[in-house]
Amino acid sequence: MAELDTSGGGKHKGGKVRSKKASTRVDLTAMVDLAFLLITFFMLTTTLLKPKAMDLVMPDKDEKDTRLPVAASRTMTVLLGSNNKIEWFVGEPGKSAPTVDNYGKDGLRKALIENSDKIKASHGGEPMIVLIKPSDKSNYRNLVDAMDELNITKIDIHAIVDITQPEIDELKKQHLY
Amino acid sequence: MPRVKIARKSTATDMTAMCDVAFLLLTFFIMTSKFKADDPVPVDIPSFSKTVVLPEDNIATITIGKGEVFFGVEGVPVRKLMLEEMGKLYKITFTPQEIAVFASTATLGVPMSQLKTFLSADETQLKSFKQTGIPTDSVSNELFNWIREARKADLALTGKALRVTIKGDSKEEYPTIKRVIAILQKQKVNKFSLITALRSAPK
Repeated sequence: MAELDTSGGGKHKGGKVRSKKASTRVDLTAMVDLAFLLITFFMLTTTLLKPKAMDLVMPDKDEKDTRLPVAASRTMTVLLGSNNKIEWFVGEPGKSAPTVDNYGKDGLRKALIENSDKIKASHGGEPMIVLIKPSDKSNYRNLVDAMDELNITKIDIHAIVDITQPEIDELKKQHLY
Repeated sequence: MPRVKIARKSTATDMTAMCDVAFLLLTFFIMTSKFKADDPVPVDIPSFSKTVVLPEDNIATITIGKGEVFFGVEGVPVRKLMLEEMGKLYKITFTPQEIAVFASTATLGVPMSQLKTFLSADETQLKSFKQTGIPTDSVSNELFNWIREARKADLALTGKALRVTIKGDSKEEYPTIKRVIAILQKQKVNKFSLITALRSAPK
């Protein structure tokens, strides 16, 4: 036990009056409380501070031989413009009218789900391929948001591709560049 | 009938052992917790709905903010070897003190021409030293070399491939990101991680 022996040590013959010694036993409850509080704090902060990340795989620029031809009608191209707006079209650029949309549940996500279903139905169950083309006027959050929508809608085949001049012109027409 | 007397026991328990354990754990957690290194530029990371937790070591971080690019790699031995190799490449020799300063710097953001000045600055100067970012142009190729040397040094010391992560500011314009990704792809790093916060599940 923690308390020290504070009894005088044997009986005294002299009959001297001794002052009663107070026990040195300290109440440790408050101290333990504090210690556990701090433990909880440090435990939580150490695990919560770990950086989290998303993995990004870019198409290899060198290996041109492994590319497979795919039908353009299976692709959906998403152009990231300025002012947090996007423009998307299915198939080749210029063939179909692009739609201006915004990020989020009613914008890009809805378009992705609708187009995915449509393409699956018209191509015998083959999945849609999404090309993300960020323009120079878009920002980093736009790119991550667009990737996030693809992740939410579970469209696995997607790539980040450089934008081409006709597509920039298309964005300019909608005042998004 | 005599009443059965129940001996009263004190409810005060001995807290000493508990206190010992609590403080032992406390000491352990304080020792193991690592303080987050300050970013040279304020970076507001975007959020993503599905994230993975990054490992503590074997990692390199490219911080992008305000059009400037910074580079840092985890692990003191890796940093030392990386600096040595960079010194050879740019024909700069470093004093042991400069190497020590470099090893304790989490994130670097100066061009090679200013590196010597940056590393010889003392404690107070170091805090106010304005880091202007590592040049990303293809003429000096500095970021490319830093990443390549970091990957070589990490592979030599740990035997594992270095994981490159990008920590970008939400408002960062895409061209800067594009340049950095192009530099990574030039050395065939096609898989990397973007540091993101976890977004709550979509409804």
